[in-house]
This record gives sequence, structure tokens and C-alpha cells, in this order.
Amino acid sequence: MIGGAALSVANLVEGPNLLTILGMLVGTYGCRAGGYWLFRQIRPTPFIRGMLEYLPGSLFVAYVVPSLLSGGPWQWAAAAATVAVMAVRRNFAWAIAAGTATAWIGWWFR
Amino acid sequence: MTPIGSVVFTRAGVWRGAQQAVPMVAGLAPFGIVAGTLAQAHGLTWLEALLMSALVFAGAGQVLALSYWAHPVTAVFACLVVNLRMLLMGPSLAVWLDRLSGWRVWGSLFFMADHNWALSITDLRSGGRDGGFLLGSGLMLWVAWVCGCAVGFAVGDLIRPSAGHPLYFIALAVFIALLVPLWRGRRDALPWLVAAVVGVVAQRLLPQGAWYIIAGAVAGSLVGVIRDRWGSAERG
Repeated sequence: MIGGAALSVANLVEGPNLLTILGMLVGTYGCRAGGYWLFRQIRPTPFIRGMLEYLPGSLFVAYVVPSLLSGGPWQWAAAAATVAVMAVRRNFAWAIAAGTATAWIGWWFR
Repeated sequence: MTPIGSVVFTRAGVWRGAQQAVPMVAGLAPFGIVAGTLAQAHGLTWLEALLMSALVFAGAGQVLALSYWAHPVTAVFACLVVNLRMLLMGPSLAVWLDRLSGWRVWGSLFFMADHNWALSITDLRSGGRDGGFLLGSGLMLWVAWVCGCAVGFAVGDLIRPSAGHPLYFIALAVFIALLVPLWRGRRDALPWLVAAVVGVVAQRLLPQGAWYIIAGAVAGSLVGVIRDRWGSAERG
């Protein structure tokens, strides 16, 4: 019985696939934890700390703006709707819904 | 401001984080479904697909790795490159993490994704001093991610929306909404502008991986800190 269960698990996980997944785990967790681990070791300068103050906004802007630029006017309108609702209501669910609804209307009329 | 050193890690903080992450689930779940569908399309078994989502927990990295699945070394490398931005993310939470230890630091970091990182930064800036927030918000996203992948794997192509479908805009809308509370007024204008311009240019030059995100993020933060130091030097 136990041997059969082990065999069926072995059928469900192939060695090479498992190795790739474990490699991805090591790489991803290495990035998640490694940056902060290094930060703990090296006593960062005020300059680095100052940079980290500006990092969160800059990182998301660098992600969002190129995607939007390749998206077209309806996506820009949807982005504007998201920002407007978020700025007024400070509610993620409403902001995301407003943006997606706008994008959906645009998709409808495309 | 709470005095330095008084960071706590409570169940209430974990719960508050989990609750605040609920709206993000809408952005994550469709993407998780896509990742599950792709895993199935590339011949992974359900156990492998779930293991990947549970252990790696990184959407862009998984989707990219799956597209190179026949070449394991390339797949692992691609996943790593997309996630390099996380090296920069952890240190931003030092105010909390520096005053915690053991699994509270290294376990919470396992659950750090873009969404709950941004929520945590916003909470930290508004005076939040409960490190449990990061873990709780991350756990909520992790559960949604793994469930999304399971659904995607189970139903496969039946519900996979076509490219350009507005459902994919949800993921972008989440990040746009996350930006709003990160805006601290005029001093963010120049760094954000630089991040946008460098991001767009870098994406044209280096479309592979996610180097453009790192380039824009580093350029924007550099400009911010240099401008501040210049300003204080001129006044001083």
C-alpha cells in the first residue's frame, strides 16, 4: 500500500521538473531574502537609505508606464479612472473595479 | 511616530494584513489561472503545477520560466532575472525587519510579493509598527495564487481569456492603485518622471526579462536622493 502510494507520487513528479522547480525556488527566495540579508550585513550608508525612500514609487512607475504606453487610449482612460477613484475613495476594490470596467467598455467598442 | 524599537509582530497585525490584501486577489487570481493553464499546456502534472506555485509564488517568473520549460537552465535563469527586483524590495522594509528575528523575518520574506510589499510600505509610512502585516497580506495572496493556479490547471483552455482581454487589465489596475498611496507629494514628481522615462527607454532597448523595471527603479531613486542631497547642501 505504502509502496503504491510512493509510486503514484513518483509518477506525479518527474525528477527534471522537480529540479527546475527547486531551482526556481532557490533563485526567487534568494532574491526575496538575499537583498535584505545583505542589507543587514553591510550597514548601509545614508545615501542607500535615501535611495530606498524613493524606490517603491519608482519601481511601480517603471513597471506600469511602459505597459500603459503599449496599451492605447482606452487603457490610459482606464488608468486615469483607477487613479481618480483611488485618490478620492482610497479603496482598492473600487479603484480596481472602475479601471477594469473602463478597460472593458473600451474592449467592447474596439 | 512610534519610538524606534517598538516594532511588534502580532496575530492582529497578520489579520489586518490579510484583510487589506483581499482586493488584490482580484488582480492575482486571473494571472494565477493563466499560470495554471500554461503549466498544464507544458505537460506538468497537477502536483508539479501546484508545487511550482506554492514554492516559487512569483507570477511573471513562473510564466516566463514555463515558456522556456524545455530548457531547464534557461527557465531557472529567466525566473531569477525577472525576480531580481525583489533584491531591492526587502531592504525597504528594514524598519520592521531590523527589529524582528528568525522565522518572523525569513518566513515573512518568503511571502513578500509586489502587492503586499507596496501595502506594507504604505502601512509603515503611515506609522504602522506591526511586522505581522507583511506575513498576513502575503499569506492571503499566496492562497489566492495557489488556488488560481489550481483552477487554471483544472479547467485549462476552457476559460482562458484571449490575449488583450480586459481581465488582464486587472493586474495593471492593481499596480496603478497601489501607486496612489505611495505618492507623497511634489518631492516624488521628479523621481517618478525619471523612473517612467528610463523604464520606457530601457524596455525598448532590453525587452527581455525585467531589466527595464530595475533600470527605471534605480534611476528614479538615484535622482531622488541626489536631488535631496544637492538641495540640503545648497541650503546648508
